[in-house]
Amino acid sequence: MTNSLSISSSPHIRNQVTTPNIMFDVAIAMIPASAYGVYQFGIKAALVLFISVISCVLSEYVYQSLMGRPVTVSDGSALVTGMILGLNMPPAISLWIPFLGGVFAIIVVKQLFGGIGQNFMNPALAARCFLLISFAGEMTTFTYHDAVVSPTPLAALKGGQSVDLTAMFIGKIPGSMGEVSVIALLIGAAYMLIRKVISIRIPAAYLITFALFVFIFGRQDLSYVLAHLCGGGVIFGAFFMATDYSSSPITSKGQIIFGIILGILTGLFRLFGGSAEGVSYAIIISNLLVPLIEEISFPIPLGRERR
Amino acid sequence: MGLPTFKGGIHPYEGKELSEDKPVVLLQPKEALVFPLSQHIGAPAKPLVEAGDKVLMGQKIGEMDGAISACIISSVSGTVKGIEPRKTAGGSMVPSIIIENDGEDKTVESFGIKRDPEALSKEEIRNIIKESGIVGLGGAGFPTYVKLTPRDDAKIDTVIVNGAECEPYLTSDYRMLMEEPEKLIKGLRIILRLFEHAKGVIAIENNKPEAIKRLEELVKDEPGITVCPLSTKYPQGWERTLIQSVTGRKVSADMLPAEVGCIVDNVDTVISIYYAVAESTPLIRRIITVTGDAIENPQNYNVRIGTSYEQMVEASGGFKAEVKKLISGGPMMGRALDGIDIPVTKVTSALLCMSDDEGTNDPTTSCIRCARCVRVCPGRIVPQQMVIAAVHSDAERYLKLKGTDCCECGSCSYICPARIPLTETFIGMNRRISEAEAAVRRKKND
Repeated sequence: MTNSLSISSSPHIRNQVTTPNIMFDVAIAMIPASAYGVYQFGIKAALVLFISVISCVLSEYVYQSLMGRPVTVSDGSALVTGMILGLNMPPAISLWIPFLGGVFAIIVVKQLFGGIGQNFMNPALAARCFLLISFAGEMTTFTYHDAVVSPTPLAALKGGQSVDLTAMFIGKIPGSMGEVSVIALLIGAAYMLIRKVISIRIPAAYLITFALFVFIFGRQDLSYVLAHLCGGGVIFGAFFMATDYSSSPITSKGQIIFGIILGILTGLFRLFGGSAEGVSYAIIISNLLVPLIEEISFPIPLGRERR
Repeated sequence: MGLPTFKGGIHPYEGKELSEDKPVVLLQPKEALVFPLSQHIGAPAKPLVEAGDKVLMGQKIGEMDGAISACIISSVSGTVKGIEPRKTAGGSMVPSIIIENDGEDKTVESFGIKRDPEALSKEEIRNIIKESGIVGLGGAGFPTYVKLTPRDDAKIDTVIVNGAECEPYLTSDYRMLMEEPEKLIKGLRIILRLFEHAKGVIAIENNKPEAIKRLEELVKDEPGITVCPLSTKYPQGWERTLIQSVTGRKVSADMLPAEVGCIVDNVDTVISIYYAVAESTPLIRRIITVTGDAIENPQNYNVRIGTSYEQMVEASGGFKAEVKKLISGGPMMGRALDGIDIPVTKVTSALLCMSDDEGTNDPTTSCIRCARCVRVCPGRIVPQQMVIAAVHSDAERYLKLKGTDCCECGSCSYICPARIPLTETFIGMNRRISEAEAAVRRKKND
């Protein structure tokens, strides 16, 4: 009997939740937005999503194999990066662009910095920004129905036109395939909140700050503020990208600070910047502040005056 | 919701249904009993007997050595076989007094004589507790008379009986709450005699509604004693979180509960105080839960200190074939055993027999910075950062993060989705730091 006994340090029980569980929950949460994207933009959108995922998973597999490291594609994180990247693409884009994006996200942003948990920026977003700078034309050409090129609601808003809020909420607008349907995104967000994959702190601080910023510095008009909240990927960014574990603070206070910074930066870029959007840049810049935010936001140890 | 609680903590599977309805069974000790000289926090006791001596039940066989120590009482009558190192649940060899049990339970003269606690002075009560070898039976083993002797009695305003029993699977405190609640209240009365300005609070997690009801009925006519139901969350029964839950006061790792006016004692400790003071019965037994899915009959036992674990296993009908892991104590803070030829000590709360490893042997993967460990840490420190400091042996950073505040409750390791051995790392790091500090102190004294 003695020989078969297992000896290990306490605790002797573990929660069921593991890294792959969490990643697959995030992937599940993106299914409504993905499904809506495909429904709205057709089979081409499905192909873009598929290529993004394949590119990310393949890049991780090939890189880790070549480097003689343990292959960790089964933890599901490359799948999640691939899905986020795909949902960030205009649906009519040439397929080699998302492929290149996947390679950049996984190899340059994630693996070169040490793999899962070590990337200082959200890999999918860093890749999106890289693509945006390199292929500005393709990345900002948004089509809607019958391949008619049309301005996004945010571009219209910036141009002083009015927008249809209901259409934005449901997703009947041009845009990146994952950002258009607010309702589909919120269903996924609710799933992640219920499963406790993410906490509400970052999205809430982000959205509230952003709404206030737009209200104060934009127009004191509720439908204007709502249009800003529903358009341009703020919802997608707040729930799915700003909450990326690796590139957001681990402390509760830090998450709120992070959300506030995101809200201010997004507002600045949108209202005073050159382009109509600003979520991606706001997030990757805030990602860089995370170590600083954490250092000033550690909780106060029980019973102590200060940290 | 709404019940007093603390920040952080986890909700593991409770496993109490296996043994919570099993009344305490008296286990008569057989053969040789083993009394480690160190079964408490502080200096090991000095043996008062030698090989060949006859001893009686209730006789002091080990004397306190220093201010923080505890004496050892023989739990049987018989003959001292010798003093030799024996393996304990902690894994190390500890010098122990071995007594051949004659099975007659011949007691010392004073044993069992009823006393009126009201007629005793504070000093007499403290002396009885000291001479009875009572230590914290919740698992820490801190000498009780030291705890009950704060600098200023008048500053203590709350005496908390710890009936949280937040460790999964453990039901010994629950059984005592159900079976001997009158003795618990009398024990609490004795403690309250020491602190003229204190009220008594019996704190029980709300996963034990029967016990809460039972105690609430009994304290109805007891002035100055209340029952405080707590929300069920691990580690509710940790002294510092318990004080926060019950009084709202925060105790830092550097403070003693007495500094915020609190004294905390476990259920079985308070009952032992009753027996010692009111019935002249020193600490010779304790309540132990033998449970888990790999033991035939889960059961709660009243066991004499010094009895072998083997005897408890035997009494429970032995193991089911597939026993994979044996734990002395609960699954969160207990120690894995490599065998059961070890003695029951004052701090043995349970023997947990498990048929599988429940993920403790899963491979460790990279930290994904999910922050779950930060959220659950009841000490409000940052395991994710501490573990980085610890693996780099960066004691300076570790101390800056207040890593030594860690109570080793296991919540961070329990929750970690990457299966990083956080608690294990902190146990090692804390030990290295305290050894280094002790070395510095020794050098200064030289």
